Amino acid sequence: MGKKFILIKLVIVALLFGSSLAAQQHNHNHSGHNHDHSGHNHSGHNHDHSGHDHSGHNHDHSGHDHSGHNHGSHDHDSHGHHGPVCGVAHDHTFDAGNTALHHISDANVFSIGPLQIPLPCFLYAPGTGWDIFMSSKLKFDKIGHGDGGKAYNRYVLDGGAVRRVKDASFPMGDVAISGIVHQNDAYFVCHNNKLYETEAKSSADGGLFGGGITSFYDFSLTKNVTSMLIVTLLLSWLFLRVARRYRERDGMAPKGTQSFIETMFVFIQDEVAKPFLGAQYMKFLPFLMAIFFFILGLNLFGQIPFFGGSNVTGNLGVTMVLGILAFLVTNFNGNKHYWEHILWMPGVPAWVKTILTPVEILGIFIKPLTLMLRLFANITAGHMVIIIFVSLIFIFGDLGNNMGAGFGTAIASTLLTLFMMAIELLVAFIQAFAFCILTASYIGAAVEESHEPH
Amino acid sequence: MFFLADFNVIRPDFGLLFWTSLIFILFWLLIGKFAFKPIAQALRKREDDIQGALDEAKAAREEMANLKAENEKILVQAREERASILKEAKEAKTQMISEAKEGAKVEANKILNSAKAEIENQKKQALSDIKNQVGIMALDIAEKVIKKDLKSDSNQQSFVESLVNDIKMN
Repeated sequence: MGKKFILIKLVIVALLFGSSLAAQQHNHNHSGHNHDHSGHNHSGHNHDHSGHDHSGHNHDHSGHDHSGHNHGSHDHDSHGHHGPVCGVAHDHTFDAGNTALHHISDANVFSIGPLQIPLPCFLYAPGTGWDIFMSSKLKFDKIGHGDGGKAYNRYVLDGGAVRRVKDASFPMGDVAISGIVHQNDAYFVCHNNKLYETEAKSSADGGLFGGGITSFYDFSLTKNVTSMLIVTLLLSWLFLRVARRYRERDGMAPKGTQSFIETMFVFIQDEVAKPFLGAQYMKFLPFLMAIFFFILGLNLFGQIPFFGGSNVTGNLGVTMVLGILAFLVTNFNGNKHYWEHILWMPGVPAWVKTILTPVEILGIFIKPLTLMLRLFANITAGHMVIIIFVSLIFIFGDLGNNMGAGFGTAIASTLLTLFMMAIELLVAFIQAFAFCILTASYIGAAVEESHEPH
Repeated sequence: MFFLADFNVIRPDFGLLFWTSLIFILFWLLIGKFAFKPIAQALRKREDDIQGALDEAKAAREEMANLKAENEKILVQAREERASILKEAKEAKTQMISEAKEGAKVEANKILNSAKAEIENQKKQALSDIKNQVGIMALDIAEKVIKKDLKSDSNQQSFVESLVNDIKMN
């Protein structure tokens, strides 16, 4: 059913991803200072024309002193590239792609509108060990974008996310930083008018998606983890309450929250668990329910405007865990019949088996992989589309310079966003349901007893 | 430019992997044990209860129907029985009447016959009495006649007449 739809979504994500990169590229080539062509500072040049002696052809142009540049002057008539410079960035171009990417990212602050709430950081760096502190220690503005004004043990806050100075000679402990500078693909902080490159936390993609092992690991309660905690605690409270209701009102008709939850619960039980798992449904029901309500809760939580805007189920790490668990539950419960069909399909010629077996073995891994990618792509795409629709207002409004176009776009954009949010509400349910029903079908195939004799 | 962000949601970082695993597995196991399973069991129990109640109602209805049919049957049977009893009673009545009639007739005949026989006997006895009386009287008369001298015709006549009157009186 969803295969085509998912492909289309993936294409959309790819397109958005591509266009945002292009936009980023474009932006970097034309935006103002602090980027690589900002360049040469001639203010401090010491043109020593001493001794106006023209007779002796002795023009002493000695000492083109370049050592004194980078003092915040804005001389653009340079003729060379000497990398990024320190200074306070005041760039007034708007980049929708970057905004979208920033909003779907995880962070070490929880944003409610423009308000940034600090979160606890648990950071581990091999060599220096654990560092545990609130992200407010890195001195970011409570109303702002989460750029830190201080470094602690080489950790800095850049756009709400903890990064670490690569240079091991950077002083440890509390250190004031005077600015954060971005250049094409690199991130820097200024300290004593010197730029230090920073790096992101380690990621488990093995460099496949541009990540890999860096100098530190982030086990913080990030925005995503906090959202997950909020959602699971809410769900736990809700379900424990409902379970208690069932105990207390034994033999009576459901009421209130109980009947609200029962609708969804019975739907998953009767439309997903029972048809696919048959008599064994009770064994896997907790897993399927946990999957469904966890994903649904997080999908919906991420759509609350101005409240975190957490893109939890749109983060590959989260969907990967769910995919791996689905994989483990499926294969640990696989019976003889299931493995026989994968490893040595009965009833087909031997030469077909040599083709079929590798395909079936690949299939074991591809199934959870598609689960992981489908959920990730759908939710991320949804978040990005909404952010980009909202961004249209600022693009056409030219950040307040063109109010007319801004208002005009705002009307169209609001309608579009409204429409998209309605769609995303649907997607929140559909994706939770799709993940759940596909997991049930994989488990069902693994535990199914052979019906026809071979 | 406000931010520089890259497509980092595609890079699963260790912290998120760790926390997601921990939170999800705890949610799965704890809420599964204390909420999902009990709810599912309660639902199953309720389903069974409802099914049981429905089945019971159906059984009760069937039983009622059976009972009704049986009652009807019993009623019909009773009616038939009553009719047959009535018929029997009627028959018995007529029989009894006819029997009584027959008996009465026989008895009457018997009484009649015995009365006749009695009368006959009485008659015979009376006749024999009369014969005896007549004999005695004849002897008396003869004796008187013999004793008295037949002196005159008139005397004789009156005497015979008185004798005859005596006989008549007897």
